[in-house]
Amino acid sequence: MKQVLVACGAGIATSTVVNNAIEELAKENGIKIDLKQIKIAEIGTYEDTADLLVTTAMTKKDYPFPVINARTFLTGIGVEDTKKQILEELLK
Amino acid sequence: MSELRFDEEVILLNLEAADYTEVLQQMGENLVKHHYVKESFIPAIIEREQEFATGLPTAGVSVAIPHTDAVHVNQKTISIATLKNPVDFVIMGEESETTPVQIVFMLAMDEPHSQLKLLQNLMKIFQEDTFLEQLLLSESVTEMLHQAADKLHLHNFKGGEKL
Repeated sequence: MKQVLVACGAGIATSTVVNNAIEELAKENGIKIDLKQIKIAEIGTYEDTADLLVTTAMTKKDYPFPVINARTFLTGIGVEDTKKQILEELLK
Repeated sequence: MSELRFDEEVILLNLEAADYTEVLQQMGENLVKHHYVKESFIPAIIEREQEFATGLPTAGVSVAIPHTDAVHVNQKTISIATLKNPVDFVIMGEESETTPVQIVFMLAMDEPHSQLKLLQNLMKIFQEDTFLEQLLLSESVTEMLHQAADKLHLHNFKGGEKL
């Protein structure tokens, strides 16, 4: 099972919305994932286990897993492309 | 866990500010004055915005959703301000690219991972550009409060009452 991190600065607002959207996306496609909603500052804890990071925050750091920007889940502009990107990673 | 309170005192019309720090300062001071947040909320929300920007270009009017840690919050609310002149906020997830924001939704949340429905409704609003434009045209605090409450499904409130 893939471990997916959903992170925002506070772990309160934007990640809550994105977390739910990804949960639904995985369910619709029959994919089981281990979803973790965290603060950006907590990413280090999951560096060895995570397969994908979906975040609304800017990340300068390099991670050993792909990073997908999730702002589209908030504005709706381009959200289908983001979903496609996430699905591709989940199906790898 | 407290209930969300959405009242006229958290709505600010035609706020005048030179930059986003001033916007956050003024909105924060208003929330401190009405005891929704602790004094520490103001420096915390400014610092958070500098580190994790919250400007969101939508199909119509650009918005920002500044927020910070629950520890600074006494009473959950969403404070809304329309800006007299658009103020540049860095776009969420970008390093320096900005967007001219006209409406600010300041989230004061008192627990992590809460209010999914409310946040989803808020994001839905952002995807309806006509509604944001309509909100900008509000002529009174009461009018804006009712418009926003209706869209966010905060139906049970009457001025001052808790949800």
